[in-house]
Amino acid sequence: MEFIQAENLTFYYEGEDEEQPNNVKLVLKGVSVSVRKGEFVAVIGHNGSGKSTLSKHMNAILLPTGGRMLVDGIDTNDEDRIYDVRRKVGLVLQNPDNQLVASIVEEDVAFGPENLGVEPSEIRRRVDSALKAVDMYDYRHHAPHKLSGGQKQRVAIAGILAMEPDCIVLDEPTAMLDPKGREEVISAITRLNREQSITVVLITHNMEEAVDCDRVIVMDSGKVLTEGTPVEVFSQVERLRRHKLDVPQATELCSMLRGVGLSFKELPLSTDECVRMLSEVLL
Amino acid sequence: MLSDITLGQYFPSGGVLHRLDPRAKILLLVGAIVLIFCAFNFFSLTVVVGLVIASVLLSKVPLKLYLKSMKAIIFVILITSFLNLFYGTGEVLVQWWIFRITADGIRNAIFVAVRIIFLVMLSSCLTFTTSPTDLTDALERLMKPLGIFRIKTHEIAMMMTIALRFVPTLLEETDKIMSAQKARGADMESGNLIARVKALIPILIPLFVSAFRRAYELAMAMECRCYQGGSGRTRMKQLHMGKRDVVAFAVFAVVMAGVILCNILL
Amino acid sequence: MSVLLRTEGLSFTYGINTPFEKQAVKNVNIEINKGEVIGVIGHTGSGKSTLMQMLNGLITPTDGTVYLDGADIFENKKNLRQVRFKVGLVFQYPENQLFEETVRKDISFGPRNMGLPAEAVDKRIRKAAKFAGLREELLDRSPFDLSGGEKRRAAIAGVIAMDPEILILDEPTAGLDPMGRDVLLEQIDAYHKSRGNTVLLVSHSMEDIARIADRVLVMYKGECVMLDTPKAVFARSDELEQMGLRVPQITKITTMLRDMGVALPEGILTVDEAFEQICGILRKEGKIC
Repeated sequence: MEFIQAENLTFYYEGEDEEQPNNVKLVLKGVSVSVRKGEFVAVIGHNGSGKSTLSKHMNAILLPTGGRMLVDGIDTNDEDRIYDVRRKVGLVLQNPDNQLVASIVEEDVAFGPENLGVEPSEIRRRVDSALKAVDMYDYRHHAPHKLSGGQKQRVAIAGILAMEPDCIVLDEPTAMLDPKGREEVISAITRLNREQSITVVLITHNMEEAVDCDRVIVMDSGKVLTEGTPVEVFSQVERLRRHKLDVPQATELCSMLRGVGLSFKELPLSTDECVRMLSEVLL
Repeated sequence: MLSDITLGQYFPSGGVLHRLDPRAKILLLVGAIVLIFCAFNFFSLTVVVGLVIASVLLSKVPLKLYLKSMKAIIFVILITSFLNLFYGTGEVLVQWWIFRITADGIRNAIFVAVRIIFLVMLSSCLTFTTSPTDLTDALERLMKPLGIFRIKTHEIAMMMTIALRFVPTLLEETDKIMSAQKARGADMESGNLIARVKALIPILIPLFVSAFRRAYELAMAMECRCYQGGSGRTRMKQLHMGKRDVVAFAVFAVVMAGVILCNILL
Repeated sequence: MSVLLRTEGLSFTYGINTPFEKQAVKNVNIEINKGEVIGVIGHTGSGKSTLMQMLNGLITPTDGTVYLDGADIFENKKNLRQVRFKVGLVFQYPENQLFEETVRKDISFGPRNMGLPAEAVDKRIRKAAKFAGLREELLDRSPFDLSGGEKRRAAIAGVIAMDPEILILDEPTAGLDPMGRDVLLEQIDAYHKSRGNTVLLVSHSMEDIARIADRVLVMYKGECVMLDTPKAVFARSDELEQMGLRVPQITKITTMLRDMGVALPEGILTVDEAFEQICGILRKEGKIC
């Protein structure tokens, strides 16, 4: 069942090049992708590849210039249903500092459900369970600016979670975090996907984060370059390298070894897999 | 540290006043201010003194902190009471050139000083015993009736909430930008006034740019969380007026009666 | 090689006599030679940023001191500004400090503060822009119109323009995509090679450090726990992981294989190196030709 479906999406920012109307820069040039319910999809690509723009279409923050975007069957162009779309698909942004509204953690998490007009006792329940889901319950009375980047980002995720969406889209949630914060955030969203079967779309330029997901979509200059399972995508080492995208070192090494005559059934993505495969050859 | 500003003056000592409904505290403060200015003679003023002392004791906040908040306005107190010295009629005590100090004047000066001191003590008592978030919350709810005059009460409260949230972030950022410019040899410590004001430009411009960027991103984040203004919004935290608040209002009523009686009878 | 920068018992404690008292840097004694590239690693809160800010006198140590070219930089506080011109510090997300109308003016901020004549300033701007890989035509644009990567490089050029003896970069690649990161690292490397000065690179990315550092400094809980060649440091990958630091995937793979008995050397840092070594073994065993 397709939950999010982009059909030949095109987009440009209006008013960007007013002096040169012919010079309109298309950020999305006909993108058709879909996300199934319960899937964990990673979208990777460079800055300027359009991946961020695509993510903002998924909860109607941006509306397509051409083509259409369907969320659970609702066209995001339908103005009357914009809040239905945003309730179904929550968007977490890059900078954790700039998306927290209140100066107490639990009040910030309550912001979304409050906007939706949820009953106070129900908001309380949602806030508590959202904070527990991202392992931030113990910090509910803290001030956000005293938290670490990873903690702030998890509060931001809890804030979206409290609206009880079907899907969470995260626009480079780890770009500004240190490795520890990165791990905290990734493990929190992985848990949400596995335990609460929430659909996750993770926008990132860190391919390590894409290795464990169900499907990878690679964007390049406003188009989909390739998509498939992580193994299918990262096995195209040469092609990704040509587009200056990272490949896991394990994959790269084995791809190089394949080049000199070693035969692997498929290329490894993780450290353990790589060690297992190489030990078979070398020992 | 500057970044502790979100706590404002809040001093969580767990006193009785901390547990009062913030709305009750705001209303009582307004009432008490009226009382302070209604106390016309020494007797009624003494009753108010009792109220202030009781509040300070019940707040369980060290007196030192109250005195500290007084420090900032000591100048104001001195000036206003000094000026009041020269107003008033009646028996002249000292006369020099056009200046004349009367007994009335001295009384006025003392009254003014005492009133300002009490005003500050009681307001501090409110901010010591109530967190800024609770204050904003209570103000929003108290201002709600003003909505019929087309005053955007929700928006005002939202602005206060966001300011509380972002002031520490921006202060931290100011610190960082200052260090970064110092690393490029910015000199902020020497030179005349113009040079010093000029030296602020490399700090203020990046700060504004960043504030605008943050505002833009925050607006987007709020949209993502279905913010549509105040209508149809519920609140997680409900404020309840309880027994304690009723007692507080009752005590206040007694004090008020005392002040009025003293004013009339003595 | 001569010692350029030396610290002696360098320590810093925040908020002395308050409940928040915390020792951020504890008794750091290091020597950094002229022309070296030092990679600095340590997780957030390990004290590495505080250490870097003491090296150019932005933070005054609570104990110990820093010697630059043999002279105590904190001896005369009036000279600290001169020290900052010699020890250039690029903060994290340096694009947040851009403020002038044009990139050219912004880059000139440092040199102008040094009191250089206009001609020399102009020369410095062009040189710094070239080092940072900024095209000439970008110089007259507003810094706020540049792309993210260009802004970052313009800000770095602003520090390079002071022509410091030591250039300290605090996580210069944070938030950049893989392409921006590679370009920037190459530029830093090229700058170092042609200018021959000392570079301190703070980074969370071990891959970045492995690529360009001569020596690696590891900070943990305010202390300098290792200062050695990348090979020697990354060979201690177990210890690093206990400190919450991640070694490059390739180092981990080769270390694990080595522990299983494969004849690989310690501390392999790059995929190419691993490939060469494994090919060598395979060739010896006749598995490939």
